[in-house]
Amino acid sequence: MKILVIEDDREAARYLEKAFAEAGHSADLAGDGETGYALAEQGSYDALIVDRMLPRRDGLSVVAALRAQGIDTPALILSALGQVDDRVTGLRAGGDDYLTKPYAFSELLARIEVLQRRSSPKEAETMYRVGDLELDRLSHTAKRAGQAIVLQPREFRLLEYLMRHSGQVVTRTMLLEHVWDYHFDPQTNVIDVHVSRLRGKIEKGFETPLLHTVRGAGYMLKAGGLDA
Amino acid sequence: MSRFLAMMKMTAVRLSALYLLLFTVCAIVLVFYMTSLSVNLLTSQTEAAVNEEVESVGQSYQRAGIAGLVRSVDRRSRQPGAYLYLVADPAGRIVAGNVQSIEAGVLQTDGWIERPIAYERYGETSSDPQVHTAIARVIVMPNGIRVMVGRDLGEPEKIRLVVRRSLGAALGIMGIGAFLIWFFVGRRALHRIDEVSAASQRIMGGDLAGRLPVSGSGDEFDRLAANLNGMLARIQELNEGVRHVSDNIAHDLKTPLTRMHNRAESALANATTTKAYRAALDGMIADSDQLIRTFNAILMISRLESGYSSETMELLPLSTVVQDVYELYEPTAEDAGIRFALGAEDATPVRINRELVGQTISNLVDNAIKYAGGGEKPVEISLAVEKQDHTIRVIVADNGPGIPPDQVDRATERFVRLEESRSQPGSGLGLSLAKAVMKLHGGTLELQDNAPGLRAVLAFPVGEETK
Repeated sequence: MKILVIEDDREAARYLEKAFAEAGHSADLAGDGETGYALAEQGSYDALIVDRMLPRRDGLSVVAALRAQGIDTPALILSALGQVDDRVTGLRAGGDDYLTKPYAFSELLARIEVLQRRSSPKEAETMYRVGDLELDRLSHTAKRAGQAIVLQPREFRLLEYLMRHSGQVVTRTMLLEHVWDYHFDPQTNVIDVHVSRLRGKIEKGFETPLLHTVRGAGYMLKAGGLDA
Repeated sequence: MSRFLAMMKMTAVRLSALYLLLFTVCAIVLVFYMTSLSVNLLTSQTEAAVNEEVESVGQSYQRAGIAGLVRSVDRRSRQPGAYLYLVADPAGRIVAGNVQSIEAGVLQTDGWIERPIAYERYGETSSDPQVHTAIARVIVMPNGIRVMVGRDLGEPEKIRLVVRRSLGAALGIMGIGAFLIWFFVGRRALHRIDEVSAASQRIMGGDLAGRLPVSGSGDEFDRLAANLNGMLARIQELNEGVRHVSDNIAHDLKTPLTRMHNRAESALANATTTKAYRAALDGMIADSDQLIRTFNAILMISRLESGYSSETMELLPLSTVVQDVYELYEPTAEDAGIRFALGAEDATPVRINRELVGQTISNLVDNAIKYAGGGEKPVEISLAVEKQDHTIRVIVADNGPGIPPDQVDRATERFVRLEESRSQPGSGLGLSLAKAVMKLHGGTLELQDNAPGLRAVLAFPVGEETK
């Protein structure tokens, strides 16, 4: 995947470039808002990472201008501010996700990969399948190998989110955001406890694990184990 | 000169000088206007009187010719009064009247003599020649005889004198008035301003505890001083807050930073296997995550305290947020062997920021789970929403060791981690964050004794719109 990083901190930008390369993606760098806008306008990027405070043109106005042009490349806004109202203004300007500095690269990577995948949405699908696990979004039921799994409403939403992004890493904060609709950093392992309960329900009595823990990053729902 | 200029810089002096100048000009204009008005009035009255006399003298002439005229003038001359009469032959010799001598040329004029003229009356010794001024009318008869009737101007002159004297007195009084103004404005009002600027200078010089003097009279200066004092108190509070925080940051962040440094150093010195290096790096990442959390909490508190956009507030029953938190923590509590119960609910909508309130309640539940354990009894935590008077209260109660009464106030201070909690991970900012969030919502955080345990109460005011 081809990513455009619009970030004026050269060191941070180079670190991102290198880290994305290691993760198998290529990243172009732009050091200010105008350059970033020009590149994003003509280039065929899969995702944009836009710092909020940039020289010459601020990040929010870059994203807003791109959206006004009809360019809907997924954009993740990076900010050192990062409170609830900042998030709201960032998303209102046309950003698709919002991340506060300092952040872990694994978190950024997970979010960018999820964003990029959104261009080929599973949103419209009513049935998700991962291996022998099935989830019916209309009847709110889940089955594994034909066997019904009884889920609480929240567990259903958790599984739904994990299945929609199967094969991708989802972080704890992403789960809290999309399943619980809260954006704070959970202090303790509350999310892990929920995930391990869900894991118990979908894996107990079955040979192959589906819900994997990705060390230092989060979780991934995938048939047939982690390759990397 | 420079001394004068310096004096003119003082508001009091300038004001007094200005008042003095203004009043003087007004008084002079007024006095001159009044003088000329009264003098004009007297003059026109005099003229009318003179005309009347001319009329009656003329009648005598018509009745009895020159002889009658002289008789009439003689008779009139003998009466006391301010009138002047004079009859002269064509050669200018005085024939009759009460005037002994008169300015040369006067009798040559026919008609009104508008300017004051000098004359001498009979009966005044020439050694003491009193020269009076008067206005007069001269009539030249067809046979060359001249008749002059006039009136002495002594009275208008006296009035002029009186008016000028009173002007002098008025100017004197105004001078005293100006001095009084200077005294009052300068010594009282401006003295206050001087006090205020002196106090400000002391405060600027570093005495942040200093305040402006308030006299207690409740005048404009007092109100100004009281407002400025309020501002100074706020500045001092903020300044102390900043100092307090920086002290604590220095203290509390040094610990994890030192730990990271030590981990890195010992890994460099001792680790030989990849596994050992990984362990050291994992530990360092965990330490830095903790640092980031602390920083985020500090940032968040300071942003909350400096005001927050009300745009993110919504009307929501607190029970929905409480249920979310309950549901989020329920498995964790169960795993920890804690009895976690959801108590009373209340559907009253309250204007809140869902995110912040959710995070606050989570923090309180998190604290309860962390600190309530360790006793002999099984831990119980309850979460409830109650309506009481004009508040909706979210109550997080546990049966743990609680907070000793003497430490309750300290518990909500930034970075304060009571001794018992040192062993647990945390930034020491949870309760101060809760306090800041409650302040933003116009509510309060109360830490009560649950006998045994801690009962944390978040009291939200019920707004007008939700009653």
